[in-house]
Amino acid sequence: MAKTGFDGVLQAVRKVRGGVKVDHHKNTAEKEVERLPVPSKVVIPMQQHIGAPCDPVVKVGDIVAVGQLIGDSDKYVSAPIHASVSGKVTAVGDVKLPNGVMSKAVTIESDGEMRLWEGITPPEVKTREDLIKAVRNSGLVGLGGAGFPTHVKLNFPADKNIDTLVINAAECEPFITVDYRECMENSWDILSGVYLLKDLLGFKQVIIAVEDNKPDAFKVLKNIADHSEDVHDEVKLMVLESKYPQGAEKMMVQSATGRKVPPGKLPADVGCVVMNVASVAFIARYIKTGKPLVSRSLTVDGSAIASPKNVRVPVGTNIGDIIEFCGGFKEEPCKILTGGPMMGLAIVGTDLPVLKQNNALLAFSKNDAVLKNETDCIRCGRCAIACPMSLMPTNIVRAAKAKDAAALNQLGTMVCMECGSCAFACPAGKPLVQHMRLAKAIIREEGNK
Amino acid sequence: MVNGKKLVVSASPHLRTKDTTTKIMLDVIIALLPALGASTAIFGPRVLAVTATTVISAVLSEYVARKVMKRHNTIKDLSAVVTGLILAFNLPVSIPLWMAAIGSFFAIVVVKQFFGGIGQNFANPAIAARIFLLISFGQAMGNWTAPLAWKNAEAVSSATPLAILGSESAEAMPSLFNMLIGVRGGSLGETCSIALVLGGIYLIARKVISPKIPVAYIGTVAVVMLIAGKFDLEFLAYQLMGGGLLLGAFFMATDYSTSPIKSNAKIVFGIGCGLITCVIRLFGSLPEGVSFAILIMNLLVPHIETIMAPKPFGTVKEKKSKAKEGEAK
Repeated sequence: MAKTGFDGVLQAVRKVRGGVKVDHHKNTAEKEVERLPVPSKVVIPMQQHIGAPCDPVVKVGDIVAVGQLIGDSDKYVSAPIHASVSGKVTAVGDVKLPNGVMSKAVTIESDGEMRLWEGITPPEVKTREDLIKAVRNSGLVGLGGAGFPTHVKLNFPADKNIDTLVINAAECEPFITVDYRECMENSWDILSGVYLLKDLLGFKQVIIAVEDNKPDAFKVLKNIADHSEDVHDEVKLMVLESKYPQGAEKMMVQSATGRKVPPGKLPADVGCVVMNVASVAFIARYIKTGKPLVSRSLTVDGSAIASPKNVRVPVGTNIGDIIEFCGGFKEEPCKILTGGPMMGLAIVGTDLPVLKQNNALLAFSKNDAVLKNETDCIRCGRCAIACPMSLMPTNIVRAAKAKDAAALNQLGTMVCMECGSCAFACPAGKPLVQHMRLAKAIIREEGNK
Repeated sequence: MVNGKKLVVSASPHLRTKDTTTKIMLDVIIALLPALGASTAIFGPRVLAVTATTVISAVLSEYVARKVMKRHNTIKDLSAVVTGLILAFNLPVSIPLWMAAIGSFFAIVVVKQFFGGIGQNFANPAIAARIFLLISFGQAMGNWTAPLAWKNAEAVSSATPLAILGSESAEAMPSLFNMLIGVRGGSLGETCSIALVLGGIYLIARKVISPKIPVAYIGTVAVVMLIAGKFDLEFLAYQLMGGGLLLGAFFMATDYSTSPIKSNAKIVFGIGCGLITCVIRLFGSLPEGVSFAILIMNLLVPHIETIMAPKPFGTVKEKKSKAKEGEAK
């Protein structure tokens, strides 16, 4: 059990090793989430989650309404996709996703009305099975960034002995403030989501984790943890030192319970489920209204954005439209990211759709985008000190250059979660995460032989 | 493409530390400056001539060696300056300048560049060069000038405190206060204990080095010498401040390329350096053993790192179950 500090707030049971101190840049923290005006067109890809892509269930010419199912899959690890605007389907074809992968997508020309689909009814949720079915139908994927289908995460076998739900409000990536805004603006949803999940899934304890650089969110979450509904005091708040990557899933489990997720395993293997705070709030809203995941909040920020904002946008909105809404570029953009600056993806242009799991859109001008000059490794060991997974990035790079799959396995390469702490800390400017990905590719290739 | 201009697309992370190799090396140079100043006051202006010689020849050797090997120029990282400075600190002030220059050449070309340059050398260049000079020019390397002698017309030679301690020499030991401020015989940069500790603390505060190696090294020497000296605190003080222990522990044993990366391996490395230093000082025919101790431990670093390789996050210890399997077979 975690140590209890003053007034019932938990401290980390076992502190996360390594990590790096990154400037927070939470410039948009006090900016309320604004709604984007209805876009004229959305392009909704059929692959917005980890797992099997959906197949379109609508065809060109169909009239669709907000929340209507437009893509589904019969595979287990997948999440259905819904229309995010009302209007006419004008194309069903291939588009390139921000990560360069091709995917089927449904293009909807909006009629500007945002008419709700008449089939939307609040689901009846009485049992665990009801809940999991409802979460699947809602199309929810982890809103923290990874996009893992939530119903799969919640549908753990009863014999797994899962006792702890960790709710992640750490938001350790710089710039991003949407989870913080969720705490400030939708605390009732978080509250009902927490108690709903606890009661239906039978968690013995719920630990809400927040970093110590968000005192206002702390107060809100403290009220949730202290709420009168929590008769046995099973919901607790945990405050973590703000450092990166405090909010990573395995780090969360370690801080909350002291358990370490073994390599290649999931938090469920050590009795934990970790959920993003916005995902929890969404589940509560879905059960209240029956409106599936068709929009999401984004932090739009960075040195090239004229007026940084938090914006709620329909899924599939063109990134260019969103930047336009935030005043456009005030300086020539040199690098644009979806996601945070530590793990986000650099994109090739703005003519791309927003996906369910995107939580930020950052555009940087030249000064913040130039690549660090790469010099020789001096073996200073800062990468190994920074690695929260106790890896030795220098040795892994060396083994990767020799294409030595056995040595790479021995060094635990697959444990790397690509958090980027090593590359951040490297004074020689080595692109260590890139090397890590190559190293993993070498292991996979060897495994396929 | 935005407005017809291509965007930068690179692998995450998109934020990087502002630290660079050059800044780290600059910190080391800053940390060495107090000792250089003290040395100039103790041994006279010739200190600066020797230091300038080693630094300039080290940088020049690096430049030419990289050029000849058709590799990119690395003198901007300042590591050659650091090597030159540390080598100078390991030399007697009376050394002929051409010998000092040869030392720098050996350190940079043979020890560092032949093995791939910065980060790749298996032994500390300055230490290897010091030992090379010791073997090649034994007399010049053992010619210790008496402290403050430069102020008099005649240069007087003196023995080092550890040599006095180890022999039945009639020469008087310098007082402990003089040991502290460095008024004693010895290599030009090793004598001023205060300045070296100050530099070491600066490096630790700036997080350039971890305190583990110096603490383990000096701690081991302290424990062994306390026992060997039968708890004679004065003997202990001379052992800690004498020879090149402080210079070695803070500035040479902590060299990135030639010391382990992981904390527990650093401690083992430091203890190893301490034990070998003590064995040489107590039983060897040489009065001083810091450079040999560090050199020997440098060679063992790959083995220490292999044996003490860290377990990746969440890895379960399998030793017991494997042992049981072995029994079952």
